[in-house]
Amino acid sequence: MLRGGEPFIWLTGGALAFALLMVAGLVGIIVTNAIGFFWPAPIVRVTLADGTVHTGSVVERERIPGRAESRVKLRVANRDLYGADFVWVDEPAIARRESPADVVVIERTEWGLLLGVVTELREAGAVVASGPGALAELRRRLPDVERLRARIRAVERGDIGAINFEQEKARLTLRGLELKGITTGADVDAVRARLAELQARYETHAARLAELRQGQGASVVVAADDGKTKELPLAQVVDVFSPNTMGLPAKVGHYAGKLWEFVADDPRESNTEGGVFPAIFGTVMMVMIMSVMVTPLGVLAAFYLREYARQGTFVSAVRIAVNNLAGVPSIVFGVFGVGFFIYIVGGSIDRLFYPEALPTPTYGTGGILWASLTLALLTIPVVIVATEEGLAAIPRGTREASLALGATKLETTLRVVLPAVTPSILTGLILAMARAAGEVAPLMITGVVKLAPALPLDGTWPFLHLDRKFMHLGFHIYDVGFQSPNVDAARPMVFATTLLLLLIVVLLNLFAITLRQRLRRKYATAAV
Amino acid sequence: MVTLNPAAAPASMLEAPMVEIDTLNLWYGTKQALRDVSMSVPKQRVTAYIGPSGCGKSTLLRCLNRMNDLVDGVRIEGTVRIGGVDVYDPALDVTELRKRVGMVFQKSNPFPKSIYENVAYGPRILGVKNRGDLDGIVERSLRSAALWDEVSDRLGDSALGLSGGQQQRLCIARAIAVEPDVLLMDEPCSALDPIATAKIEELMLDLKNSYTIVIVTHNMQQAARVSDYTGFMLLGELVEFGVTRELFTSPRDKRTEDYITGRFG
Repeated sequence: MLRGGEPFIWLTGGALAFALLMVAGLVGIIVTNAIGFFWPAPIVRVTLADGTVHTGSVVERERIPGRAESRVKLRVANRDLYGADFVWVDEPAIARRESPADVVVIERTEWGLLLGVVTELREAGAVVASGPGALAELRRRLPDVERLRARIRAVERGDIGAINFEQEKARLTLRGLELKGITTGADVDAVRARLAELQARYETHAARLAELRQGQGASVVVAADDGKTKELPLAQVVDVFSPNTMGLPAKVGHYAGKLWEFVADDPRESNTEGGVFPAIFGTVMMVMIMSVMVTPLGVLAAFYLREYARQGTFVSAVRIAVNNLAGVPSIVFGVFGVGFFIYIVGGSIDRLFYPEALPTPTYGTGGILWASLTLALLTIPVVIVATEEGLAAIPRGTREASLALGATKLETTLRVVLPAVTPSILTGLILAMARAAGEVAPLMITGVVKLAPALPLDGTWPFLHLDRKFMHLGFHIYDVGFQSPNVDAARPMVFATTLLLLLIVVLLNLFAITLRQRLRRKYATAAV
Repeated sequence: MVTLNPAAAPASMLEAPMVEIDTLNLWYGTKQALRDVSMSVPKQRVTAYIGPSGCGKSTLLRCLNRMNDLVDGVRIEGTVRIGGVDVYDPALDVTELRKRVGMVFQKSNPFPKSIYENVAYGPRILGVKNRGDLDGIVERSLRSAALWDEVSDRLGDSALGLSGGQQQRLCIARAIAVEPDVLLMDEPCSALDPIATAKIEELMLDLKNSYTIVIVTHNMQQAARVSDYTGFMLLGELVEFGVTRELFTSPRDKRTEDYITGRFG
């Protein structure tokens, strides 16, 4: 049996099975935790023996340490009323357990979820509806509230944002003129006139904003446990749903809506609620900028190493050094990015091209460009190694055939070698992208922030703002999971974000793999 | 004309020479691979080099289009003239030379591109851009290489999907697409089965009407079948060079006789 190598086969198979099991377990944990996040959990109301009432959804059940009975963890929400989102209840202490039909869950822009019974709807202090009618009225008004909020947001971020941007630009022009010693004259007057005009436009928009806000006078009164009530301005209500009365289709619809909100909306509540769209956008854009930078650089370096450099001790040493570079801790690259890109390169750019903005840095601070460059540096060994391996796999005869036809070395490289090595380049790029998308440490110090006010790509000229700070899913996971004020409430969000990051990495990879397959079919080359 | 190798005189004097080699010596580092080789290759004939492995026949062939330049530490003395032009003239553009001297390698080496692009590669390098012109060249070259009928309906397919024999004929088509004066073939059939070999041999007989062909082979029957002139090489020396039939029937050198009668090699 030993001679046949049977145990060895088992050993190899076992190792593979173990690795697969670990990966499957990890993905499984993430998926199970993430998937349930948006599902409307049933609400229970428990009355304890001492008369205390808790209303919330059960999130966890465990044995009480040292006893035979169990206890449950209720998500009671209403952080502003109770002070904590969760409460542990010992099951033996529960006198009554019911599932009330009138309790609703209100998602709001501040303070997390609100759980309770809607008792009144008020308009400018006067009661408009009460009792069950209040909830119906609230539901009826909700679409209008949402529309109004969207319009206010559009004015604030769109119109006023654009004016602010223009004002800042005009101010910088003025400051630039001042630095040149010009404080009077036609140029200065023109800029001042522009500023005045912008100010006038700002005021019209501000007036419109105030007018729109006039329409937000309504509020809703919610009764929670222990006779506590909360009057909530309607403007803060994002969504209302009552899990105990929802049927399956309604729950599925709710789930889909939440899922969409998660991928398409901005975050709320210091990232623990709402969506992660800016983080998705930032991650994908950073990976793309990095790819655009790392591919040509890595490929050119690999071509020099393999095609032009005289193979010898020095080139071998360089090769080993490049391989070792892949093992340098990423935070070291981050520190280099800060020290070199941000302080030296960015600082010089600021002094040369943006002196009017100083001491406020433009490029002399973290931004998507520097973060991408740092990651390009981090991933360049991967691209070099993959490209070099591809080059080594191209038969000598292929190059000779081209040279024998009278092609120069350059023509051979560009027309024969480069197309043949493209699949290998893409392999390197896939590995580089996977690494870059998952990297956090170097990004934290080179431009990723908890909440970025604007995307690096938008409608204001020059559209691509490489100096802007951005959000990133990897950092988002760290931030929500470990830095948020309410870690427990944010935990499902962490899993959901993790799942999303995994999906994005898989998607980016699939894209590159498909591209590689197509190229391989086209050239049917044996090169890896 | 004074020839240093008397054995070569009768054959090469008879016809107009295309390639003239004069006291060619070549070293790879300190190892001498060619010793005082002198001969001339007649125009529009098939000339074969035979000899045991490592005798320098491939090296000699690769001197004709300066492919040896790619090897590190090579040193060459003597002259090679093709169509009267000194191949090792420092002022000569190597790529120009290689456009005039095509080569087919031992192992078929089509580019990882389509069949069409393989043949069009050389003309494109020469600056032919017009699609119609290229189409014409591709068809003519593939026809000359007796491959057109087999691939005309799938010119866009990868060349690596062809059989070994087809690939080698594609390499021939690729080489003749730039209309060279001389076609060098370095054991072109060594990796092919007998049927594919027969096709290539037939092709060579066709091609010699337009091109001067120099072939290296370790298959003596092949040399006897296809070549007009044969040179026998041993340890870097051109031992004997003459009309193929004479060399095989009445060799003048004892070593040639030993080799062709199978006493060594």
